Amino acid sequence: MSLMRITSPHAHGPSRTSRVMQQVLLATLPGVIVLTHFFGFGTLVNIFWAGILAVAFEALALKLRKRPLGFYLGDYSALVTAVLLGIALPPYSPWWLIAVGIASAILLAKHLYGGLGYNPFNPAMVGYVVLLISFPVQMTSWAPPRGAGELPGLIDALQACFLPASFDGVTMATPLDLLKQNDSLLMEDLWQANPQFGRWGGLGWEWASIAFLAGGLWLLYQRVFTWHAPLSMLATLTLMAALFYDGGSSASGGSPLFHLLSGATMFGAFFIVTDPVSSAVSVRGRLIYGALIGLLVYLIRIFGNYPDAVAFAVLIMNLAAPFIDQYTQPRTYGHARQGGDR
Amino acid sequence: MRKVFDFHGGIHPAENKHQSLRTPIASAGVPAELILPLSQHIGAPAEPIVEVGQRVLKGQVVAAASGFVSVPVHAPTSGQVTAIEDRLIAHPSGLSAPCIVITSDGLDQWQECQPVADYHSVDKADLLARIRDAGIAGMGGAGFPTAVKLTVKPQAPIATLILNGTECEPYITADDILMRERAQHIIEGAQILSHLIEPSEVLIGIEDNKPESIAAMQVAAQGTGIEIVVFPTKYPSGGEKQLIEILTGKQVPSGGLPADIGVICQNVGSAVAVRDAILEGKPLISRVVTVTGEAVEEPQNLEALIGTPMSYLLQTAGYQAAKNQRLIMGGPMMGFTVPDADVPIVKTTNCILAPSAAELPAPPPAQPCIRCGMCAEACPASLLPQQLFWFAQGKEFEKAEQHNLFDCIECGACSYVCPSTIPLVQYYRAAKAEVIQIRQDAEKSEHSRLRFEARQARKEREEAEKEAKRAARKKAAEEKARLAAEQGDAQEDPIQAAIERAKAKKAAQASGGDAESELEKLEKLVITTRKRLETASTKLEAAKAEGSEHVDALQLGVDKTSAKLAAAEQALHAYQQANPSPDIPAPAAPDDAAQAAIERAMAARQADAAKSPEEKARESLQKLEARLAKSEARLQEGRAAGEEEKIIIALESTVERLREKVAAGKAQLKQAETC
Ligand code: SF4
Ligand code: SF4
Repeated sequence: MSLMRITSPHAHGPSRTSRVMQQVLLATLPGVIVLTHFFGFGTLVNIFWAGILAVAFEALALKLRKRPLGFYLGDYSALVTAVLLGIALPPYSPWWLIAVGIASAILLAKHLYGGLGYNPFNPAMVGYVVLLISFPVQMTSWAPPRGAGELPGLIDALQACFLPASFDGVTMATPLDLLKQNDSLLMEDLWQANPQFGRWGGLGWEWASIAFLAGGLWLLYQRVFTWHAPLSMLATLTLMAALFYDGGSSASGGSPLFHLLSGATMFGAFFIVTDPVSSAVSVRGRLIYGALIGLLVYLIRIFGNYPDAVAFAVLIMNLAAPFIDQYTQPRTYGHARQGGDR
Repeated sequence: MRKVFDFHGGIHPAENKHQSLRTPIASAGVPAELILPLSQHIGAPAEPIVEVGQRVLKGQVVAAASGFVSVPVHAPTSGQVTAIEDRLIAHPSGLSAPCIVITSDGLDQWQECQPVADYHSVDKADLLARIRDAGIAGMGGAGFPTAVKLTVKPQAPIATLILNGTECEPYITADDILMRERAQHIIEGAQILSHLIEPSEVLIGIEDNKPESIAAMQVAAQGTGIEIVVFPTKYPSGGEKQLIEILTGKQVPSGGLPADIGVICQNVGSAVAVRDAILEGKPLISRVVTVTGEAVEEPQNLEALIGTPMSYLLQTAGYQAAKNQRLIMGGPMMGFTVPDADVPIVKTTNCILAPSAAELPAPPPAQPCIRCGMCAEACPASLLPQQLFWFAQGKEFEKAEQHNLFDCIECGACSYVCPSTIPLVQYYRAAKAEVIQIRQDAEKSEHSRLRFEARQARKEREEAEKEAKRAARKKAAEEKARLAAEQGDAQEDPIQAAIERAKAKKAAQASGGDAESELEKLEKLVITTRKRLETASTKLEAAKAEGSEHVDALQLGVDKTSAKLAAAEQALHAYQQANPSPDIPAPAAPDDAAQAAIERAMAARQADAAKSPEEKARESLQKLEARLAKSEARLQEGRAAGEEEKIIIALESTVERLREKVAAGKAQLKQAETC
């Protein structure tokens, strides 16, 4: 008998990276269903096509880097990136747009930096921002939600994706766009004048946001991530919105609830900000990281040139994460608190 | 109820404790052969004092403590010493180490025990000596000599004595069952320890997953003032630092000892061993070992003699080797695998774990770290394991140290929770080892740098002196020439003559000067070599006094140096005879100088041997103190001069070590004085 020699610990908990990724995928489901309900099959087609491309690009990258395919594909991380980008892109995006986005995410943001765990930036957000800068028209044309216009069917959705030239979809400005461009109407009147607004936020968006919130809470319950970053992001955003709300004049920045339930706030808070790889690591670090993202989201939404801001805010903070880490090292057992912030 | 505190992090692995708690402690019996490693504790290994072939009685000392931080080893049964040799032992390195092997004669015949009837009437130093002589070293895992822990008194008095009955590792139940069955003995042990260190409170900490133990201990502790403190189960609450935080809310300063914050911690097993040593006069020759895992049919707790081969205990519990893939000494979190089932159990062995392959499967290949932070959430030391991993992997050791690598207690909580199944602790161990190696190298190179600098400085000084002499002579000659010229003979051309005289003189002096420098060189060589011999001899003596392992190397050094001295003196002698000079008296019998130095050293050694232990201790202490002062001065100089950080660190660690040595020396002296 030959005995194995392994160093301690010999026991191992049940947690596995691939399972974590599967849980994240599962948690996006409610949001995806609601998006599909309000915007038609566009999101599903996005996700489907993005998923195929992501696995293909991931395999290509692994092959070029001479890594075992099965082992690394099994971590589901490429699929997570694909689903997140698929959700973030406007429904009915053309196939090449998605392809460019996924290529940037997987090849540029992930493998160029050394693959999973080594990427300083969130891959899905890199893909998104590359597209937003290169193809602003496509990236800001959103289909009207159910109740504000006709919904294309599944065939139309496929056609929009794969034969974009022959697809002639209707697009509308998003609520965040409208708010930004508004300078004459009271909030109330703005709401009345545009069918894109729902009860609290964007029509359809508000329910999708609530669905993403639900998925996020489930992940929290599953201990996939901690509450620190998402909560501090949402709290800061709420605080900023409350500060600049002014009751709903034409110069108002929109109500806190509007900000929480519009655009990518909830999706970002629970599926992007919580990406562990590119965020700060310590508890205090994550609080700061989340708070600064919340702040940036608001500032960019109201004062910046782009209507939504989660992607930019996250990338900027990805850049800052290592610095946050440096200054938020937790106090180790048996070490004195050193003057304030250590 | 006393307030208990929580510590950061921690995990809840499957406990798997019930399997081995179905039966009471059973005696394992006496195996045919017992293997006693000389080093079962932290500190200097014990030194054998028996010979192969000698018959020994149960409880007889077979190896004596070889220093202050050391404990003796006793024969666990009567029989014959059949070998003193290297055997495979249970050590994470999987190496062999010197052992005394005893073949049992089956009689199990005790030597006479000398119990203390009333320990209150006995001197405390005597009690401490008995604890030390009983070979007791921490039985919870680390194996630090108990008597040393009780002796090293800090400035602050000990406020709290804590007995650790936590046993937070999965599977292990040795302390649990001890508390159930021998609660009374534990309390008696606690009382003896309390008598020795006079704390203001005595606490026994137990996790709430051991209700039977808690009940038994509470009954036994009634009326003694000893408090049983129960707290929630969480791994690793049994870690000394964690337990102290749970019970007192205080943290042991990094790099410090519990005693620094007025706490002394002892394992419940050690308390029983202390009790047995004092009240029954029995040394530590057996302990309770949990034998468990799915590869044994009857998991149970066995009272086993120290030195019993694991295989013997496994057989008793119904071992199924075919089911077993790895054999672990200790628990699943901090235990280590052994290379062979024949390695003996030692004083610190609390568990033998023989898991089946399904029970503790081999870890799946590690995936990349996704920085999920679960490890940081679990870390009881509040470290950032993912960052440490990053630095360890990238060999950025400085950063790893900045992130307090050395505060990692290797509890394994981080690896346990890591979803990417990265063997984190393995990386930390490797990194620590490398850092230590680097430090040692830095110290060494600092050493040689200092030596080099000293030599360089000496050379320069000599050069400068020579230069000065030459200049002086030149000046004198010119002066003379000038005077001669002034009072010069009119018939001659005085200036010309003076110049010629001066020239002649200069030439003579130049050649003479060279000769002089040659002579000087030789003399200096003799002097420095003699000095070196002296320091080497003192060092040798010091090493002998300390019982250092460098004695042989130092002896060699002394021999070599005296040979060199002899050669140097001979060369000097020869030179002086070849170039007789009236100014310089030939040194008397230079050949004998080396001999004399050797004799001096030998005499010193003999004198040393004749000295009482007290004197010896005092002397070595003085020497140590001198060395400490010197290194402290050097450190200060270095700091003032703004030397490289590496060098400062090396110096600091030297000073630190010397301080420790001085402290140990003081304690030893005190002990020597009291006995
Ligand atoms: S638990 Fe593992 S994967 Fe997660 S941050 Fe720590 S080391 Fe990385
Ligand atoms: S092994 Fe070290 S780093 Fe890991 S949890 Fe334990 S103390 Fe923390």
